[in-house]
Amino acid sequence: MKERLIKIYHGFGLPRLIISVFLLALIIVAAGTELSVPGLLSDALVRIGQNGIYVLAMVPSIQAGAGLNFGLPVGVIAGMVGVLVAMENSLLGFGGFVVALLVAIPLGIIAGYLYSLLLNRVAGQEMMVGTYVGFSVVAGMCIFWLMAPFKNPALIWPVGGQGLRVTLTLADTFGGTLNEFLKFEIFGLTVPTGLLLFYALLAFLLWLFLRSKPGVAMEVVGRNPRFAVASGLNINAYRSVGIVLSTVLASIGYVVYAQSFGFAQLYNGPLMTAFPAVAAVLIGGASTREAKVLNAIIGVVLFQTLLTVAMPVTNQLIEGNISEIARVIVSNGMILYALTRVTGGEQA
Amino acid sequence: MSVPVLEMKKISKSFYGTQVLKDINVTVNEGEIHCLVGENGAGKSTLMNILFGMSVITDTGGYEGEVLINGKPVAFDSPKAAIGAGIGMVHQEFMLLPGFSVTENIKLNREDTKPNLFSRVLGRKLETLDRKKMAADARSALDKLGMSIDEWVPVAGLPVGYLQFVEIAREIDKENLQLLVLDEPTAVLTESEAQQFLAVVQRLASTGISILFITHRLDEVMAVADTITILKDGELVSSGPTKNYTIAQMAELMVGRKIDTKGRIGGEKKEKATKKVLEIRNLRVDMPGERLRGIDLDVYEGEILGIGGLAGHGKIALANGVMGLYASQGQVIYEGVEVPLNNPREALNRGLAFVSEDRRGVGLVLEDSIANNIVLTSMQTQDKFLKPGPLKLKDQKQITAHALQSIERFDIRCTGPDQIVRRLSGGNQQKVCIARAFTQNPKLFFVSEPTRGIDVGAKSRVLELIAELNRMGVTVVITSSELAELRSICDRIAIIYEGKLSGILSPDAPDVEYGLLMAGKSLEEVRSGERATN
Repeated sequence: MKERLIKIYHGFGLPRLIISVFLLALIIVAAGTELSVPGLLSDALVRIGQNGIYVLAMVPSIQAGAGLNFGLPVGVIAGMVGVLVAMENSLLGFGGFVVALLVAIPLGIIAGYLYSLLLNRVAGQEMMVGTYVGFSVVAGMCIFWLMAPFKNPALIWPVGGQGLRVTLTLADTFGGTLNEFLKFEIFGLTVPTGLLLFYALLAFLLWLFLRSKPGVAMEVVGRNPRFAVASGLNINAYRSVGIVLSTVLASIGYVVYAQSFGFAQLYNGPLMTAFPAVAAVLIGGASTREAKVLNAIIGVVLFQTLLTVAMPVTNQLIEGNISEIARVIVSNGMILYALTRVTGGEQA
Repeated sequence: MSVPVLEMKKISKSFYGTQVLKDINVTVNEGEIHCLVGENGAGKSTLMNILFGMSVITDTGGYEGEVLINGKPVAFDSPKAAIGAGIGMVHQEFMLLPGFSVTENIKLNREDTKPNLFSRVLGRKLETLDRKKMAADARSALDKLGMSIDEWVPVAGLPVGYLQFVEIAREIDKENLQLLVLDEPTAVLTESEAQQFLAVVQRLASTGISILFITHRLDEVMAVADTITILKDGELVSSGPTKNYTIAQMAELMVGRKIDTKGRIGGEKKEKATKKVLEIRNLRVDMPGERLRGIDLDVYEGEILGIGGLAGHGKIALANGVMGLYASQGQVIYEGVEVPLNNPREALNRGLAFVSEDRRGVGLVLEDSIANNIVLTSMQTQDKFLKPGPLKLKDQKQITAHALQSIERFDIRCTGPDQIVRRLSGGNQQKVCIARAFTQNPKLFFVSEPTRGIDVGAKSRVLELIAELNRMGVTVVITSSELAELRSICDRIAIIYEGKLSGILSPDAPDVEYGLLMAGKSLEEVRSGERATN
């Protein structure tokens, strides 16, 4: 029994244990204030489903040896175009959601492939290059949003007849489609079943892929490229597979995020998408060289719950609004902490 | 007779319990050229590290014995102290700043300076460089070497041969230089450059500077050395004036069979097979530091072929070239069909397997489990260990079963198939590599440096495994720096010299023939030399 507990503890890791204990303490404190604990947890569940796919997107890029995918906005942009196409045609409910995905996924594959060609040329500095590719793509797309041939008056500026608005609402089209699907309430806790199911499905498919022959090959390429060559594997091809997969997950992630959030924020909206996702997967126990689907799941649960619970609780306890500052410190501090660790798993 | 410039008495050194030097005595007199010869791993570098007080020595518990300079005992704790005592060294790799001029390189960190206004107030650090004096000094150092190059040209772009001279010029510019250590200086030079270089060395010696010359080119030794010390496996096997030796004797002493070789592992020598499995024609492999410059070699079915030679001559490149890991040209024909070069996949698909000399870099995924390391290559190239179905999911049950079987068969000492390979000892890591190669069911098996960096017990076990697999009908090509090892297991041994085949010997050929082939003599010369002496 004792040995089993020790084994579980080693598998979970000390940082995650500390965060869990801290989280529990926060929830207890929250119960002492006038905050509604089930309400907080409901919010947390929504945010987990909303951000979970971005965090999953980190796994294939890390496994393929390209490190954390700081270029997540590349995929997010593809997702945005998908969402906009669905909205332009005023598609409602699941129809809109599915069309958004059908547009977003092929665009994500193309964008991801081009992005991988670049990363394969800068092997070893993918994270640095990726960060700036992400920033540049967002900036470049600002021009596109202004010139894009969208005609639906709900999307474009009322004056001039051209150029998309900064914030678009999805409430009239397919906002909340997944969240509302099979939604139920238990002890005051609202469970967004559809959202969580969709997330679970993607996590399962990714897990399956990582256990398949190409998934194993991708992992070998990431862990030891020279061994991979000696085993007859094409390094750049498998790195591309990982990066494309990561980008496509980001595209899907955006469609899911937008329908759950209820708004699409264009222009500089996706600038920082990568950072919370990076922080989450690292908190989950991944390193820049190794990540499992489980790391992504644990990470997003801990990170998003921490943020949703910590903000209102600190606001209750401390005068003034420092919660946003706290969030920035926590999320960037986590990235910093995790990037200093070379090894993952049991030592992270 | 005057006091010798350098005396090293009874030097012994061990690293973590492994004795690498034992009771070495070296004496170098004024103006003498003393050659230190020995195979790779004979202990030459360790001896020089001791002389220079390198941190690898001091950090691992120092050494035993005594070093005397001009008759006075010294113990250098840093290279700086050794240089202060008048010892200079020219390294195998050039230590020059490419963007600096020849003068600046020669004078680096020993610049001549003259005072100026600021330095009078703020101290010596701010003095101006005395470029005129520096240039003049550099010129005179270069003249001493008979070098015509201008002292102001930048080092970048100079031919390789000249760089070596610039390094020496830097050393002889030091006023108190008494002893110059040259560590395999001719390894990177062409033949004519080497000739010129040796002439310079002799000229230096005639000015009274003592030279300690490290090399394994025996004809150079005969040409310049006054005295010779031969090291083998950390022991001094012979030393004396050059006139007491012939090249053949030196070669024999250098590579002589180790005393502890316990007979043949490879079993009785097999009847000479006649069917060629692999024909290599004019193979050139561009592997840095181990270039192969066109080789023809046949491998016969069922044999164990050894590939030997000194480091840097290209023996390692052969297997790497055939397996497509380094850029190569030429023709490789396996069972009558040409194998495309530069394509590892094709080589693997044809049933060739390879255990790399770079075990931790190429041979293993260190962060992965034993089981995965064993099955990865087969899974990727042969679709083994996959569940049936279009998804090609890995079959963990089958992988574990195979790993357990391999652990038992290859005697891998571990906690279980899930153990991370990084945590295994070198010998057990090597067994994992061999298990991986054998999971591929190869017909032709290349193995490079199978016993490098593993302990004695595991060494013989690994060799036995290779011999056992050969008995099961697998043709083996084994590359090794340890000649004794090759001779204990192979049916034929090919010796590579300067990227070309020097000759093929039977494992029971006399030591002297091996030595001569390794020193670049052809088989005909070897045989005729023998007839002459008999």
